[in-house]
Amino acid sequence: MHAEYNPLELLVCIGSRIIEDNSTVFVGTGVPMAATMLAQKLHSPNVILIFEAGSVAPQMPGLPISVGDSRTSHKALIASTMNDVMGACQCGRVDYTFLGGAQIDMYGNLNSTMIGDDYQQPKVRFPGSGGANDLASFCWRTVVITPMDDRRFVPEVNFITSPGYLSGKGAREKAGLPAGTGPYKVITNLCILGYDDDTCRMRIESLHPGVQVETVQENCGFELLKAENLEITPAPTAEELRVLREEVDPDGYIIGR
Amino acid sequence: MYEDLIGLDSGIEELFVDPDPDNAREYFRGKSRALSNKVTTVEQAVSVLIHDGDYIAVGGFGHVRIPTAVIYEIVRQKKRNLGLAGHTSIYDSDLLATAGCIDRCDISYVIGYEIRGLSASSRRAFESKAIRKTDWSNGALAWRFAAGAAGLSFLPSRHMLGTDTFKHSAAKTIVCPFTGKRFCALPALYPDVAVIHVHAADSYGNGQITEGIRISDPHLARAARKVILSTERLIPHEDIRANPQATAIPYWCVDAVVEVPYGSHPGNMPGEYWFDEDFFKMYLDCVKTEEGSRALYDEYIYGVEDFEGYLDKIGGVKKMRELRAIEKLIYADRG
Repeated sequence: MHAEYNPLELLVCIGSRIIEDNSTVFVGTGVPMAATMLAQKLHSPNVILIFEAGSVAPQMPGLPISVGDSRTSHKALIASTMNDVMGACQCGRVDYTFLGGAQIDMYGNLNSTMIGDDYQQPKVRFPGSGGANDLASFCWRTVVITPMDDRRFVPEVNFITSPGYLSGKGAREKAGLPAGTGPYKVITNLCILGYDDDTCRMRIESLHPGVQVETVQENCGFELLKAENLEITPAPTAEELRVLREEVDPDGYIIGR
Repeated sequence: MYEDLIGLDSGIEELFVDPDPDNAREYFRGKSRALSNKVTTVEQAVSVLIHDGDYIAVGGFGHVRIPTAVIYEIVRQKKRNLGLAGHTSIYDSDLLATAGCIDRCDISYVIGYEIRGLSASSRRAFESKAIRKTDWSNGALAWRFAAGAAGLSFLPSRHMLGTDTFKHSAAKTIVCPFTGKRFCALPALYPDVAVIHVHAADSYGNGQITEGIRISDPHLARAARKVILSTERLIPHEDIRANPQATAIPYWCVDAVVEVPYGSHPGNMPGEYWFDEDFFKMYLDCVKTEEGSRALYDEYIYGVEDFEGYLDKIGGVKKMRELRAIEKLIYADRG
């Protein structure tokens, strides 16, 4: 017997499992806010959440709508400035960041800026970097949470808003980004992806229940590598889903769309 | 693939604001150091201090602790050809872009309403060539203000490198004279006018942020040539001196103080009132079409005298008390 869940609930539950207790996690807007809050309630009560507007280690009474709203500083340790928390990232104090994006390529480069050929007159304009470029540059491990389809997972992104491994191994360091940082996992509604150590290319590491490798490949615009031992992701538990629906996002802001 | 980005040593877009610290010093030299009464009206502050063509920056976080009343007045007075720092901006940049007030923008975040989705009217505005664009990250704009606040022409940093965000910025790279490492160099940003909303201020313009995060406001206020300080409450000067650690903005930065209770609506004012989600939903629905957008702006901005008139339209003090109750977690134990 398994609980019924929608793709966004699956994303949030699986995303939350990556979050370790006593780690520092810089949280972007949307699905990452729900995933980190779920982790805080279920298994990582001492995770240090950091929000770009300046809040550190809040105990949030409800899901924030914004990474700068008053819930993000509720019972926080410090309500500070963007300078301060971005500095903490640039200093190497932040372990994880969770990001999304409109497009991602095989090296984990993210586009949240625009689609089209003309920067000044784009076909589609998105919000831009926000804090994403900063976080993807500075944090030790970047985790992307996104639904998977071949319009998002593309051979080449239209615009690199936030750096993945850029053109491959060594490129980040060559560009001047801090050494030892970069993409870590991509959590999708179909599988968990990681990166090959030698080529820095995206690879399948764990398939969600009932999902085949072929389905994953069909929903990806580039060829995926495969880890030697493919795992099966445990399905969201009844407890994860209950806490998510009743305590984290009762209004369905994230999971109900 | 992407190889050209990795070694790129200069962004290719326009630098909108002069980063020369000596020009800023010359301006700041002329500013009054007197503790004088700067209290005025929103209408006066905007008409006297903001001129067509100025480059402005807005404090807060786009829909958190934003100076809505002042932004509505900029729209109402039909200011034109403004430059804007689109730093963590949401409702603020949306209003100015939709109303045609800006013709250039340093963008780090615009159009988006975080988890509510996107504004169709901002999207139309920013997809058009009518707004000249230069992209940055939020951290980059925060540090550009910090460079200004420190009286410098640039700060080194370690982001943006290797990406199109760098290519479509006006940043450059620099080699560190101590380590030989390759850094990004961010030009200082000295806005002509900053508009910032705080919880409390005295009549001289000492501004206190008493709850929630400060974002980039302390640096923004210090980098801007002129500051319009909007405050929920005017407080006695003695109260500032009794609690100086809460002062985020010192008076010598400030040119005008306007008292506007509920002045951040429909935004969230930490410790005071929560977002007006019904208003945002209505707003985002209306601006899907240009006609809807025009009707909305006519009713809520052009069609009222001032912010008090607008507050009457959105439900007045009764509505604000509801939003205050949510903020104070009175209904946190929802059934």
